[in-house]
Amino acid sequence: MSLLSLTNVEINYGGIRAVKSISLDVNEGELVTLIGANGAGKTTTLKAITGLLKPASGTITYSGQNVIGTPPHKLAAAGLVLVPEGRGVFPGLTIEENLQMGAYTRNDRAQIKVDIEEKFALFPRLKERAKQTAGTLSGGEQQMLAISRALMARPKLLLLDEPSMGLAPIMVQKIFEVIRDVSKTGVTILLIEQNAALALQVSARAYVMDGGSITLSGESKALLANPKVREAYLGEDVVAASATAT
Amino acid sequence: MTNFAETFLPANIRKHPALFWGGSALIAIALAALPFVLAMQGMAWVRITNLALIFAMLSLGLNIVVGFAGLLDLGYIAFYAIGAYTYALLASPHFGLHLPIWVILPIGALMACIFGVLLGTPTLKLRGDYLAIVTLGFGEIVRIFMNNLSSPINITNGPKGISTIDSIKLFGMDFGNNTSIGSFVLPGLIKYYYFLLFALMVVIVINLRLQNSRIGRAWEAIREDELAARATGIDTTKLKLLAFAMGASFGGIAGGIFSAIQGFIDPTSFGLTESVMILAMVVLGGMGNIWGVIVGAVLLSFVPELLRYTVEPAQKALFGRQIIEAEVLRMLLFGFAMVVMMLFRPAGLISSAVRKRELSQHQAPKEA
Repeated sequence: MSLLSLTNVEINYGGIRAVKSISLDVNEGELVTLIGANGAGKTTTLKAITGLLKPASGTITYSGQNVIGTPPHKLAAAGLVLVPEGRGVFPGLTIEENLQMGAYTRNDRAQIKVDIEEKFALFPRLKERAKQTAGTLSGGEQQMLAISRALMARPKLLLLDEPSMGLAPIMVQKIFEVIRDVSKTGVTILLIEQNAALALQVSARAYVMDGGSITLSGESKALLANPKVREAYLGEDVVAASATAT
Repeated sequence: MTNFAETFLPANIRKHPALFWGGSALIAIALAALPFVLAMQGMAWVRITNLALIFAMLSLGLNIVVGFAGLLDLGYIAFYAIGAYTYALLASPHFGLHLPIWVILPIGALMACIFGVLLGTPTLKLRGDYLAIVTLGFGEIVRIFMNNLSSPINITNGPKGISTIDSIKLFGMDFGNNTSIGSFVLPGLIKYYYFLLFALMVVIVINLRLQNSRIGRAWEAIREDELAARATGIDTTKLKLLAFAMGASFGGIAGGIFSAIQGFIDPTSFGLTESVMILAMVVLGGMGNIWGVIVGAVLLSFVPELLRYTVEPAQKALFGRQIIEAEVLRMLLFGFAMVVMMLFRPAGLISSAVRKRELSQHQAPKEA
C-alpha cells in the first residue's frame, strides 16, 4: 500500500513552473530515492510534500489522505518528518537539546529519554558530546544528529534532502550506512540525492528527475545498469563509487 | 517551594538551601529598605527607581520578542503607548471615566495584545532587518496617531497630552497620596515602589516559567533555524504571534502603570528614542537572559540620572564652565558603551547560555 502518493503534481516556484506534472509513489517500508541534477526540482517537490509549498495542481496523499494545504507542523505530528537540506540542526542548542526538540510533538517523557539513549547507542560520537552545541560538530556528525533528531519524532515517512551534501567521502559512506540501517528498522524513506551512484545502491526503487519532470523510474538495480543513467548521472565515477561502497 | 528552587536556580545554589534562603532574605530586606534610603537623598531618586522598575518590565516584555523568539522589534514602545493611553482615557476627566485599575490594566493588556497580533500577522515571513523596518514604522505610526487623534473627534487630546490621570487605588488605598500611620508618613511614591516591585516579580516569574516551558523551547528553535523548527512539528505561525502578543501585553501593562504614576502623558514619551533605549537595555544586559535584561534596564535608567547630577558640577570644577551638556554626553557614552560591549561581551553583561554558545560558535573549529 502506498504511504505517499503524488499524482500529476505541478508546482510553481519563484514565478516559474519548477515541477511539471510529476507522479510518484512510496510504499510502506520502502526506501525510494529521487535523483537528479541541481535545479531538477527535487527540493521543490519535497517542499510540496512537507507542506512548505502549495502545488498549483495535482494531488498529494499521505496515509490515504489528501494533504495539500495541511501545514508542515501537522504533517510532522502525523509522522511525515523532513531532514532539511544542509545542516538542519539547531546550532546553538546542545546535542541532547536537539534530540529533545525532535520529540517536540510527543509527550511521553519517559519513552523520550529511552529513545535518546537509543540514539546515543547508535551514534556513540553524539553521546560523547551530548552537552556540546550542535554547531561545534563536524558536518557529518551534524547530519547524523539531524537524522537522529528526525527519528526522535518516530516518523512513519522520513524525507531526507541531500544528506550527503558537502560531506567528505568517508562521511558520505557512513551516512548511507545509517540510512540503510534506519530503513531496516521499518521506517519508510524518500531519499533525495545528487549522489546517484550511492543513492541507487541503497534504495529499492528510484525516480530520475530532470528539468522538473520525472524522466525515468523503476528498480534501482535496473537504473544503475541503464546506459542513459550511467552516462548522465554516474559518468566515470560509477566504477570507483561501486568499488568503495559495500 | 523546592519545586521553585529546582526550576529557577543554578545547581550550585540549589545544593545549599541555607545559602539560598539566607541570600533571598538579605535581598528581600535590601529591596524593602531601598526606597527609604533613597528618599533620604531626595524623593527624585525614588521616582527614578520607579521608572527603572517600569523599564525593567518593559525590557522583559521586549525580551520575549527579541531574546526568546529572535524577532527584532524596533517599535516596541508602541505597545507601551497603547497601554498608557488606554489607562489615561479610562481613568481621567478627559472622557469623565474613572474605572478601577483591575478593570483597566487587563483592558490595556488586551488592547496591546490585539495590536501585537495586528503587527505580527503581516510580518510573519519577515526576519532581521526587514522586520526591524516594519516594526519601526509601526512604532512611529502609533505615536503619530496619538499626536493627531485630537480632531475631528478628540480622542487623545493630541500633543497637549492627557493630564490629571487617576492614581492607582487598590484595597481602599490610594497610591497617589501619602499614608500616615501614627506619626510615620509613607509617601505615595514609596507605595508605588512596592506595587511596581510586586508587579515586576510577577513578570519575572512568568518569564522564567515561559523560558523553561515547551513554548520557550519552541521559540528557541525558531530563533535558531525556522525551517528545522517547522520540520520538527513546531507551529511557527502560532508561536511567533504568541511572542508578539505576550511581549505586547507586558508592554501594555507597564504603560498603564506608567500612566497612573505620572498622572500625565503625551506622545513625546513614546518615540523612537524610547524604543531604542529599551532595545539597548535588552542587548546590553544580555538578550534572552532574564536577570541580564533587568540589570540592563536598571543600569540604563540610572546612569543618565547620575550623569545629570554629576556632569555639570564635575565640569565646572575642572574647567570652570560646562562644556558638554549631560544630555549630549549621555548619548555619547551610550554609543561608546554599546561599541565596547559588542567588542568584548557581545552576548551582554549577563549572557544567556544559548546566546553565548551561538556567538562563540563562529570561532569553533569545524571539520567537514
